Amino acid sequence: MFRWDIVWQFLFSGFIIQAAWTTLWISVVAQFCGVVLGLFLALMRMSRFPLLSGPARAYIWFFRGSPLLVQVLLLWDGLPKVSNNVLLLPDFAVILVAFSLNEGAYMAEIIRAGISSVDTGQMEAAKSLGMRYALAMRRIVLPQAARVIVPPLGNEFNNMLKTTSIASVIGLEELTGTAEIFGSPTFSIFELLIVVTFYYLLLTTLWGFVQSWIENRLNPDRVTKLELKEKKSWTERMIGLGSRTGGGTLASRR
Amino acid sequence: MSAQWANGIEMVRAENVVKRFGSLTVLNGVDLSVKRKQVVVIIGPSGSGKTTMLRCINHLEKIDSGRIYIEGQLVGYREQAGRLVEDNEASIAHMRSQIGFVFQRFNLFAHITALDNIIEAPIHVLHQPRVEVTERAMGLLEKVGLTEKARAYPHKLSGGQQQRVAIARALAMNPKLMLFDEATSALDPELVGEVLKVMRQLAEEGMTMVVVTHEMGFAREVADRVIFMDKGVIVEEGSAEQIFDNAENERTRGFLRSIL
Repeated sequence: MFRWDIVWQFLFSGFIIQAAWTTLWISVVAQFCGVVLGLFLALMRMSRFPLLSGPARAYIWFFRGSPLLVQVLLLWDGLPKVSNNVLLLPDFAVILVAFSLNEGAYMAEIIRAGISSVDTGQMEAAKSLGMRYALAMRRIVLPQAARVIVPPLGNEFNNMLKTTSIASVIGLEELTGTAEIFGSPTFSIFELLIVVTFYYLLLTTLWGFVQSWIENRLNPDRVTKLELKEKKSWTERMIGLGSRTGGGTLASRR
Repeated sequence: MSAQWANGIEMVRAENVVKRFGSLTVLNGVDLSVKRKQVVVIIGPSGSGKTTMLRCINHLEKIDSGRIYIEGQLVGYREQAGRLVEDNEASIAHMRSQIGFVFQRFNLFAHITALDNIIEAPIHVLHQPRVEVTERAMGLLEKVGLTEKARAYPHKLSGGQQQRVAIARALAMNPKLMLFDEATSALDPELVGEVLKVMRQLAEEGMTMVVVTHEMGFAREVADRVIFMDKGVIVEEGSAEQIFDNAENERTRGFLRSIL
């Protein structure tokens, strides 16, 4: 029988809030590392030197081509084995490393697409003014690529918040793991899953607001009346009504 | 040739420049000399290599053989044991910072305002103080007649306005040479005049200019020297009168007949 009282009991309990916090910070740190890693991988991948583009390609191929769960277990199980128990990372570090490495591969492709979307004339103009590649990339190309990168980046982070549930397999006490820990002994796993679902929805919803705000900031003429009318509401974005790309329309318009 | 540099007369010198795109030879041994304060206009049918030649001058294109000098300095390469080695990025960037380039498609930085477009490179490349640069930029906007558009983003400007901002952006670097690559070809006919006016004014002020254009009226009026290119070579060159009124080469006459 479903027991609402267990749901209420846990909904605002310290354990669950602690677990939500773990989910959040692991997501933020892994996503941040993934973006930084992805930026370098994207630039390497786009290099005309095979010595740079080759390894980047191989990296992306591996991390996009195998399951994250397997990558986590490889690191968790395999690293101590191949290093004769020298490299014994704590559980949260295993998760952070695996998630960051994996996310880096996805972000690399997203950032590469963003950079490719910027007209080559922008880089040429920057060079003709005496800017070097790195400066032109930083000041001219990346800020324009950002408008194309942010919507899928938001999608990635939304995914990241939920994918952290994989960490439960190595016993990390994020939301899903905590639900199992408290739910299993009392046969109330379903009630606990309801509780953590609420928190996942809360986190992704809050992120939806943040993402809209960032996208709006990146729009050079902000929001004209026409766009205000066309713009998707956050409910559409979160529930996924309307176009599949969601936030993408704002950047791709014009 | 070194004598001319010694008196500081020659700004650009190209010797036997060859450029290939794959199996296509776009420039097939081009020699070119532009003297200080001269306005040289390059005309010719599309595919003749005139734009490529212009892009080679500031090393936006690498050349396959030959030499290009600006004020006696090799462009884009160093001579090492008789062979040409591509210069490092910093030297190429430094060389480009002294040469203004105006693109057919304007290429204004789309994410920042007209004013920010102009001050970007002086601040981040030349490291000049922002206040000073902004003041100079406002002066340049006034010169091209766009003071009231300082805060406008590029996509809010007409093509002619964008191109005038692009010219101001190039001028903000205080270039010693300006290269114009079909600066009016992407414009609606009624907007061509305002851009040509700015270019004419620059020429009158004594700017050294190499201009690739299809505007024959402008060429006749402003050019100290007109160069006709076809199929990757310079077919004929001379004063505007020589080329437009008394062209010796049949290809030159044919081209002029076809467009005038």
